[in-house]
Amino acid sequence: MSLLSWIVTLFLMAGVFFFIVGSVGILRFPDFYSRLHAAGKCDTLASALVLGAIALFGLRDFDWNSLQSWENLRVSLKVMMIVLFVCVASPSATHAITKAAFIVGVEPWEKRKRNR
Amino acid sequence: MNTVFLLAALGMMVSIALAMIRVVGGPTVLDRIVGVNVIGSETTVLLLIIGYLFNAVSMFVDIAIAYAMLNFILSIGVTKFFLRRKGRSLHNTQKD
Repeated sequence: MSLLSWIVTLFLMAGVFFFIVGSVGILRFPDFYSRLHAAGKCDTLASALVLGAIALFGLRDFDWNSLQSWENLRVSLKVMMIVLFVCVASPSATHAITKAAFIVGVEPWEKRKRNR
Repeated sequence: MNTVFLLAALGMMVSIALAMIRVVGGPTVLDRIVGVNVIGSETTVLLLIIGYLFNAVSMFVDIAIAYAMLNFILSIGVTKFFLRRKGRSLHNTQKD
């Protein structure tokens, strides 16, 4: 495999690792707000990593004279636009959900309440 | 390289299954919204990997863009709907 394939593999595995860690965090954390923390952070980072790997993989064997290479470049630019959109949209969605929970009055988790 | 993409897709499906547990059995409505949000953004990524596996990524990238926008609008809209609903009970057990 070439160097680019190794970089793509590394990014993909890191992204999948962060996705799984985020899902385990959603399952295991005791409180709504900490679950939101796991979901929001891991989601943005993992999406950026995996989509960046996919965009890099589209640039393999780039040739100035072949039309297919330019088509692949266009696809890669679109994927990077998805990354930009996710980096803006996912934190604002998380913020909206947090604000709704705050308005409704979800109580933060405290360690003492467990022993009641 | 196909094998790597296939393994990544499998790992992401495991992650979707883990988030689905929270969606099905979440104690409050907001937990379910968070789980659906995570599943949506994982589906955006999974669509692109499926595109590479089928050698049709120039078609799947447009679907992925639409899905990312739809996921954002869905979470914002469901949150607004949850706030405007009468009663605003966190647990969806109806006590009529």
